[in-house]
Amino acid sequence: MKNHLKDLRAQRNWSQLELAQKLEVSRQSVNAIETGKYDPSLPLAFRIADLFGLTIEEIFVRD
Amino acid sequence: MSQSSPDRRYRVRFGTSMAAYVTSLFAAKYLIAHHMVEGAIIWILGLLPGLAVVGAFYAIAMLIVEQRDEFVRMLIVRQTLMGTAVALSISTVWGFLENFGLVVHVDAYWIAVIWFMGYGLGGLINRFTHGASGDGC
Repeated sequence: MKNHLKDLRAQRNWSQLELAQKLEVSRQSVNAIETGKYDPSLPLAFRIADLFGLTIEEIFVRD
Repeated sequence: MSQSSPDRRYRVRFGTSMAAYVTSLFAAKYLIAHHMVEGAIIWILGLLPGLAVVGAFYAIAMLIVEQRDEFVRMLIVRQTLMGTAVALSISTVWGFLENFGLVVHVDAYWIAVIWFMGYGLGGLINRFTHGASGDGC
């Protein structure tokens, strides 16, 4: 699944580690999600969406 | 998150199990070889090294249960599946070969050793495919 997480993070000048700390996950998780190697669970996707003030569909895109 | 609480607990549990394994193995070998124990004590000494390895499996199981990071938890589960697949496959094939007299007998505790080798292989594969392994990365 594609996503705009890297762009959204860059817009806020957050490092992967900073985003990971805000989401309470590992930096490796953020990196895996950004690079499309891992699709987050629905609860984590909601946490990401809430953090950026967007809907899940605005961040994650169908392949 | 690299030193999160579940990771620390895992290292303590795993380290304790390995220390118990080494200690009990050497103690059992020495005491039994020198005929310093007899009867039920030999059974207890014989059980201790194996139970210590069971403690290592328990440590890995609890790491999966307690892990709060879902991505890391998935990596650990993949590692354990790789360890299980490698250990079951090799031991099953070897068992048939041994049954037909084609290979020498191998003590059953080697299955655990092979499992840990497969577990390590799973970590390498995780690092290659997902850019991280499940050991706290």
